[in-house]
Amino acid sequence: MLLLSKKQDWLGNIRADILAGLVVALALIPEAIAFSIIAGVDPKVGLYASFCIAVTTAIVGGRAGMISAATGAMALLMVTLVKEHGLEYLLATTLLTGAIQITAGYLKLGSLMRFVSRSVVTGFVNALAILIFMAQLPELTGVSWHVYVMTLSGLGIIYLFPLIPAIGKSIPSPLVCIVVLTGIALMLKLDIRTVGDMGDLPDTLPMFLWPDVPLTIETLKIILPYAVPLAVVGLLESLMTATIVDDLTDTDSDKNRECKGQGIANIGSGLMGGMAGCAMIGQSVINIKSGGRGRLSTLLAGVLLLIMVVFLGDWISQIPMAALVAVMIMVSIGTFNWGSFRDLKQHPLSSNLVMMTTVLVVVWTHNLALGVFVGVLLASLFFANKISHLMYVESEYDEDSDTRTYHVVGQVFFSSADKFIAAFDFKEAVEKIVIDLNRAHFWDITSVSSLDKAVIKLRRQGADVELIGLNVASSTIIDRFGVHDKPEEIEKIMGGH
Amino acid sequence: MTNNKKLIMACIDGSKLSEAVCDYAVWLAQRIEGPLKLMYTIDHHPETAKEVDLSGNLGVDSRDHLLEEITSSEHTRSKLRLKEGKSILQAANERVVEDGFKDPILCLQHGSLIETLVELKEELRILVIGARGKIHEDQTDKIGAKLESMIRSLHGHILVAYDVFKTPERIMIAYDGSETSDKHIDMIANSPLYKGLSCHLVCVNKKDTADSLIENAVNKLKTAGWSEIISASLQGKTEDELCDYQVSHNIDLTIMGAFNHTRLHDLILGSFTAKMLLNTRTPLLLLR
Repeated sequence: MLLLSKKQDWLGNIRADILAGLVVALALIPEAIAFSIIAGVDPKVGLYASFCIAVTTAIVGGRAGMISAATGAMALLMVTLVKEHGLEYLLATTLLTGAIQITAGYLKLGSLMRFVSRSVVTGFVNALAILIFMAQLPELTGVSWHVYVMTLSGLGIIYLFPLIPAIGKSIPSPLVCIVVLTGIALMLKLDIRTVGDMGDLPDTLPMFLWPDVPLTIETLKIILPYAVPLAVVGLLESLMTATIVDDLTDTDSDKNRECKGQGIANIGSGLMGGMAGCAMIGQSVINIKSGGRGRLSTLLAGVLLLIMVVFLGDWISQIPMAALVAVMIMVSIGTFNWGSFRDLKQHPLSSNLVMMTTVLVVVWTHNLALGVFVGVLLASLFFANKISHLMYVESEYDEDSDTRTYHVVGQVFFSSADKFIAAFDFKEAVEKIVIDLNRAHFWDITSVSSLDKAVIKLRRQGADVELIGLNVASSTIIDRFGVHDKPEEIEKIMGGH
Repeated sequence: MTNNKKLIMACIDGSKLSEAVCDYAVWLAQRIEGPLKLMYTIDHHPETAKEVDLSGNLGVDSRDHLLEEITSSEHTRSKLRLKEGKSILQAANERVVEDGFKDPILCLQHGSLIETLVELKEELRILVIGARGKIHEDQTDKIGAKLESMIRSLHGHILVAYDVFKTPERIMIAYDGSETSDKHIDMIANSPLYKGLSCHLVCVNKKDTADSLIENAVNKLKTAGWSEIISASLQGKTEDELCDYQVSHNIDLTIMGAFNHTRLHDLILGSFTAKMLLNTRTPLLLLR
C-alpha cells in the first residue's frame, strides 16, 4: 500500500517537476551542509541523509510535492548526543527514530495534530526560524570584515537578482549567490572559512552500513531520550508542512502514510550513514513556487543532489561559509511568520501568550518538542478557563414552602467546580433546597464530587436537598463520545443550549 | 435505490461526440423511461503546475504571497472554465430537448471525471460517454486515454458512442457462454430496453461448442417472449469476426460484457474489451 501512488502523482507534471527538482536540489545542498554543521557532524552526513530521505519520501510519503531532507529542527536535537557519544550513536538514534515514527503511523497518531492549535504552529515556525538564524551567528562572530561584506552582498543577490527581467525568474538566485561569492573568494584569494573547512564531503555514493554500537540496554538508555523528541519533532514539522502544501495546491494528503513514510526514510538514512530528518517548510514552499507538484520533483531533488555533490565535491568545498550563511538567513526569513507581528494586535492575549511561550521555550531549550508540549498545554488550560466562564447559577426563594431553588446552567468541570460551589449560599437558613441541574453539564468526576460536597454541606445545616435532572447533567461524563456522535444524540446531551 | 430512480447519465465534454452522446442518452432514457442527467466535470488538474517561478528564494511571508498568487490566478481561470462548462451543458440541454426529452437534470461538478463518477456510482443506471474526448476528437482511429480505466473503475452499464447517432434497430449480442454472459442474457431478456429490436446473437468459438452454447441462449430469450432472433456461430479471432459481422449485417449497437479478467491477465494476454473498444464499428453497450 505504501508503494501505491496514483500515476498522475508521478507523471502528471513532468516538465515542471524536473525543473523544480533541480531548483530544490540546488537549494538543498547548502541547507544540508549547514544543518550538518549545526548537528556537529561532517557535511556528508547531512548530504547523505538529504538524498536518502528525499528519495524515500518521494516513493512512500503521503504528500506529493513535499520536500523532506536533513532539517534544522532535527539537527538541533542531536547536538549533545553527537558531542557526548559520537556519530555511530547518532545513526542508531536515527534508526530508532524511524521505528517510532512508523509505529506512530500505524497507530494513526497523526490525528493528534488536531490538538496543536494555530498559535502553537506559529510559535513553532517562528522559533525554528530564530534557531536557524542563531545557528549562523558563530560564522559571523570573530571574523574579518570580508565575511560581513560577503554575507550582505549574498543576501543582496538573493533578493535583488529575481527582479532582473527575463533571467531573474529562470535561474535560482541562491545558486547565483553561491556561484558569485565562490568566484569572488577564489579570485581575491580571500582567507575566509569555506565548506571544506567544516568536515568531509561525500566522495562516494552512500553505502549500507549498520551503526557500530553495542546492542545493549545501555545503548537504548542513551539513544531513546533523543529518539523520542526527534520522532515527535519530525512528525510535527512533516505534518505541518503537509498541511501547508495541501493548502497551496488545494489537494489532500494522507497524513498517516506520511508518518510511516518519514519513519522508513529515517531508517534508510540511518543505514546509509545519514542523520535523521523530516519535511522542510521552506524547501517545500520553494518546490511549489518552482512548479513542483508531483513525486517526481522530490525524487529528482534527492538524486540530483547526490550526483552534484559526488561529482562537484571539489567545487563545493570551495564555497565560502559566508555564502552559506546568506542562504540560511534567507531560509530563516522565509520560515518566520512575519504576519504574526501584525496579528499580535488582533489576536486575543491568550493565543499570543501561547505563541510567545512556545517560541521562548524552544529558543531557551533548543528543543521544539518541548516548546510544542508547553504550548499545547498552555492552550488547553486557556481553553478550559474560557469554557469555565460558561456557567452560572441563579436562584429563587419561595416563602410559602421556605424553599430555595438553585438553577445551574452551563459547563461544570474541574476548572469551574469552585465557582459552582461558591454559588450556593450556605449561610441561608431554609427548610428545603432544590438544585435544578436540567440545563447543566457535568464533564468530569470533579464536578460530581463538588456537587456531593455542596449537598452534604447544605444537609448538615438542616435543609432537605432535592436534585432535579442529575441524569441529564451527568450524561456528558462518559468518556467515549464516539457512541454519541449522531446529531440527535448530541442534541439530547447538549439540549437546552 | 431502486432501478427506476437510477439515472441515465450522459457525460458531456463539448467535443464532437457530445451530440451523439446526448442522442443515445435520450434514446435510452425514452426506452426505459428513466430520468436523464447531463454531466460536465471541470477537471482542474491540481497535479500540474500552471505558474513556474524558478527564482528559488524565500522572502518575508513568501508562503502567504504564494498562496495569494496561486489562489487569484486559479480564481480567474476557474471562472472561465465555469462559464465554458455552463455553456457546453446548455448546448447539450438544448440538444436533448430537441430530441424530445423534457427536463434533463443538469449537473456541473468540479473534479476529475472518473473521481466524480465513482462518487456518483450509486445513482448510475447507464452511463453514456463518447469514445474520444477533446484531445483525440479528430483521430477516429484512437479512443480516449482514460476510457479504459474509467470503465474499469465503474461497475454499471456503459454505452460508448463513436459516431453520429443512428436509432438502433439491429443489435448484436456478443455471447461467450460464460456465467457472466448468461447473466447478461437474463438481464437482456427482461429489460424493456431491447424490446422490439432485431437481435443477432453471436458466438465465436469452435463450431460445435458455439452451436450448443447459442442454442441455450436463444431458448432463454425465446421463453422470455423474444421472437426475432438471428443467431450465428463464427470461427476465428473473436474481435475480428465480431467487427466483420457488425459491418456485414448492418448492426447498430453491440452488446457485450467488459473487463471480466484481472488487469494482470489482460496485461499478459491482451484484453478483448480493449480490442473491441478500439476496433468496433458500432457503439458498444458494455454490461456489467
